[in-house]
Amino acid sequence: MSRALIAGAALTALFVLAAALSFAWTPGDVAAMNIAERLQPPSAEHWLGTDHFGRDMLSMIMIGARTSIAVALVAVGIGMGLGVPLGLAAAANRGGWLDEVISRGSDLVFAFPSLVIAILITAIFGPGAVNAILAIGIFNIPVFARLTRGAAMALWSREFIMAARVAGKRGPRISVEHVLPNLANLLIVQGTIQFSLGILAEAGLSYVGLGAQPPIPSWGRMLADAQTMVSLAPHVAIIPGLAIVLMVLGLNLLGDGLRDRLDPRLNAVRA
Amino acid sequence: MPLDPGVARPYRAAMLAYAVKRLISLAISLLVASAVIFAVVEIAPGDPARFMLGINAQPDTVAALRAELGLDVPKWQRYLNWLGGMITGDFGTSYTYRTPVAQMVADRLWVSLPLALYALTLSTAIAFPAALIAAARRGRGPDVAVMGATQLGVAVPNFWFAMLLVLLFAINLGWFSAGGFPGWSDPLAALKALTLPAIALALPQAAILARVMRSSLIDVLGEDFIRTARAKGLSMRQALWRHGVRNALIPVLTILGLQFAFLLAGAIIIEQVFYLPGLGRLIFQAITQRDLVVVESVVMLLVFAVIMVNFAVDLAYAAVDPRLRRRA
Amino acid sequence: MTRLASSFWRKSPGAREGQRRSPPSPDTGAALLELDDLSVAIAGKPVLRKVRLAIAPGEIVALTGESGSGKSMTALAAMGLLPPGARTEGAIRLAGRDLITLGDRALCAVRGAEIGMIFQEPMTALNPVQRIGDQVAETIRIHAPRTPRAEVLSQAARTLARVGLPAERVPPTRYPHELSGGQRQRVGIAMAIALRPRMLIADEPTTALDVTTQARILGLLRRLVQEDGMALMMITHDLAVVADMADRIAVMNEGRIVEEAPTTRLFREMRHPYTRALFEASRHRASLPPRPAGEPLLQVHDAYRSYALPRTRLLGSAPRHEAVRGVSFDIGLGERVGLVGESGCGKSTLTRAILGLEPLQRGSITLDGRDVATDPAARRRMQVVFQDPYGSFNPRHRVRRLITEPFHLLDDPPKGAARDDAVAEALEAVGLDPSVADRTIHAFSGGQRQRLAIARALIIRPDLLIFDEAVSALDVRVRARILDLVADLSTRFGLAYLFISHDLSVVRGITDRVMVMQAGEIVERGPTDAVFDAPRHAYTQTLMAAAPRLPEIGQDEPVA
Repeated sequence: MSRALIAGAALTALFVLAAALSFAWTPGDVAAMNIAERLQPPSAEHWLGTDHFGRDMLSMIMIGARTSIAVALVAVGIGMGLGVPLGLAAAANRGGWLDEVISRGSDLVFAFPSLVIAILITAIFGPGAVNAILAIGIFNIPVFARLTRGAAMALWSREFIMAARVAGKRGPRISVEHVLPNLANLLIVQGTIQFSLGILAEAGLSYVGLGAQPPIPSWGRMLADAQTMVSLAPHVAIIPGLAIVLMVLGLNLLGDGLRDRLDPRLNAVRA
Repeated sequence: MPLDPGVARPYRAAMLAYAVKRLISLAISLLVASAVIFAVVEIAPGDPARFMLGINAQPDTVAALRAELGLDVPKWQRYLNWLGGMITGDFGTSYTYRTPVAQMVADRLWVSLPLALYALTLSTAIAFPAALIAAARRGRGPDVAVMGATQLGVAVPNFWFAMLLVLLFAINLGWFSAGGFPGWSDPLAALKALTLPAIALALPQAAILARVMRSSLIDVLGEDFIRTARAKGLSMRQALWRHGVRNALIPVLTILGLQFAFLLAGAIIIEQVFYLPGLGRLIFQAITQRDLVVVESVVMLLVFAVIMVNFAVDLAYAAVDPRLRRRA
Repeated sequence: MTRLASSFWRKSPGAREGQRRSPPSPDTGAALLELDDLSVAIAGKPVLRKVRLAIAPGEIVALTGESGSGKSMTALAAMGLLPPGARTEGAIRLAGRDLITLGDRALCAVRGAEIGMIFQEPMTALNPVQRIGDQVAETIRIHAPRTPRAEVLSQAARTLARVGLPAERVPPTRYPHELSGGQRQRVGIAMAIALRPRMLIADEPTTALDVTTQARILGLLRRLVQEDGMALMMITHDLAVVADMADRIAVMNEGRIVEEAPTTRLFREMRHPYTRALFEASRHRASLPPRPAGEPLLQVHDAYRSYALPRTRLLGSAPRHEAVRGVSFDIGLGERVGLVGESGCGKSTLTRAILGLEPLQRGSITLDGRDVATDPAARRRMQVVFQDPYGSFNPRHRVRRLITEPFHLLDDPPKGAARDDAVAEALEAVGLDPSVADRTIHAFSGGQRQRLAIARALIIRPDLLIFDEAVSALDVRVRARILDLVADLSTRFGLAYLFISHDLSVVRGITDRVMVMQAGEIVERGPTDAVFDAPRHAYTQTLMAAAPRLPEIGQDEPVA
């Protein structure tokens, strides 16, 4: 195992565990405000200090991890769940009208950056975690559709697929039996990358107020709240940012490590 | 002596056919995108006229406002009116400010567009040399350093990086102001105000660009024609410059096109950090005030920009890679 | 060391350009290139072991052997272009100067000016985004940077003309993708000889080309060597290619030169058993006990298929490429038929159409009266073996699952013990142990994989097998064994087959009847021996004349 893989897996596991633990226990109560203890630097009692309402930052970070992971994971799920079948169908139908529709559709969705999708959705339905998931998820669909289509097209010209066709198998069956298993590694790697991009996107959306709404803690909004306190208590701005960086770094290292381990020839795209 | 059969090459026609086909698909994309945006905004609950006038407004006042805003005609006709207006530069009237949206957008564009271009320039200027150094010294010190820096770079959210920049350069060192925009009457001051935002936008993008460019260069360096070049007597460095860079540009162009979209979107967030009066602030104000005609127009403008950039990237492909000119 | 009547191996003069040079006299000076106990290890694994070889000016020396024998590594070592991490021992002397001791800067001055090299894949060896004239000019410019641009370009144009690409027919402003494979290889040659180097190394220069193009490129190389008095090191896996071209042949195996002698003597004596084995395998003919053709099984009637080409005009319809133009033929039960043709002749399209994978626009293909495109009952009686032993199996499945895939065609496929028996039987039929059924495909060599491919084809007991270039990717000795297997299975099971190949000698050794395809049509057909010995159609004649041939041995006194 490469060092990148170990470091990435460890960092990712750390955040996932912290998020899981937060369901059962957090060091402090994030609902309770304590103005007397506001903006305290890290100490023995509050390992990561307190925010402008005197809430324990470590607890906020733990629950924020939960929000981030949930949003990014579901968004990647949406992207994979819809994008992969679309990509498989397009490749099985290569050159046909279905392929054309799926490819043009992907291009079209790509013309809407995820933030623009989020803006449209919030403009109509109002802000919230679900809408953030939708916005990031919709943007992930063409990512997976394109990746799947491209890789599946290359497989469709391979002789083992020809052999399956000679054995009388048809598009859907070949896609599931022969194409998908050979894309699994690629999809795992790209899934990791999209997961990390999802964390960044969620943070961005909640920073501008389009993500999870109060009182649900989220890293992006912790940063938004911290913006006016930067000069008073830098730690309130630095700590949530570091949490994002470490989580994303962990996922990226994990993705790179997996790529090298699973198949050195894979070239996942950061889109 | 018999010669191998040549390949027919009606060259200009192929290039022209390529451009025409691209133009047609460009028009279709824009049309579909506009229809999607219009439809989505149409779903939005509530009557803008009623919203603007408040709950207690008289029905005839509402009707008058509806007529003024062009809301009293069938939906398809409103779509056509909107589309026609967009083409002629008339983006409608803001529900909130009762001023032409086009004017509002134009003012804000003078902040957002220079910011995105500034960032794109910075990101390219940082990424290209870094990628070249890393690829040429693959696996050695400079490569490890560049790869480590980019690994960190892609993990940093640009708005947080922006806050750190403010903390360091504006608050602690006082070299820049923490936000605001003085306008273009003093170009130098304007550029200075955009410098920190541009850096915040550019560095994470530069990291992505450098990684793509490096791996593209490394792929190209493994190609047979690089070996051929070496057999002609080119050194590794010469082979990299003369044969590697142009071939490696092809995937990089795709990323550059995508980055423009990210930079525009990123600019919306960064404007919040630096209190810049750009499209981002306009659109967030519009959302809070339910000024849907502004939301609609700004979104369409952003999408238009992204589609145009992708079109430009397609044409750039053909310029870089002669093989594509045939694939009409 | 005189050359014995080498004219014996020469092809009909029309097919080749240039005349045979006079042999170099051994007493005119020392060797130009000298490999002295050259050993190379890559990542600790030895790839060359104490290779000794000397090439005199004006001499053509062929280096031959199977894949992995080290022949290409020898060439790359001589160019100083070994992959990173290679450790070299011994000496590589060019005109007395040891290249191993030179730094990269000094080596760059040697490469391209004193040694030129030509590579195998003309497709990828050229920079796709640079004009061919500029690529040739680069050789000149890199070694003489101060030469005025116009002069460099005109010199490049002259070099291109010299290799058969005169500016009026193939302007130097073209890009590689606008050229045919043979033309691209000519550009590769032009780049290598632009500065008239004393030493030329050609690594499988014609392997990726069709036979007629191959003959022309070989003729060109011969002419250039003669005109410039260059020494040529020619690397090839195909003994026949160099049989009438090389002055000397060195046979390599596992990083060693096992035998080296003047061409005539090498073929006459063949002292090393490996040389003999290679030679035997190269001209191997399987034993085909005569057998009468049965009832017509496969019937191809007026098959026609065309494709739209990229548009060349803005308006009007896109031009079409007619891949298969009204082909008709029958294959009877138990018949052994060959289909030969050069790349682009339409044989791949025809193959896909026969397999029911490609719709026809006109005509019909039936198996025992049933349409192959629509009727599963037809497909059940026909299977295929593809070319690429590494691409024809899903890498994620085990052998058992891989070779039982055609059971999908059966309404009631065998299950349980019956299935295991079928697997074991199929594996045994192709000479593999039934215990391999639970292995993954990674464990098998290229030859074993082709056996597995045949087992997969046999498992539903078809009446007709299609071999689509099925032995083209194999080394000669493995190829000979697979051909024997094919012939044997055909005899045992009364199988009919259609053997499609670009390689004439392979088709000759494995078929009773042959069809020659050109530009989408079958231009000649008949009993294999008759077509090969006395071709009637002009195209077939060109093809046969261009095909490299091994000398007959046993006839020590050639009739001159």
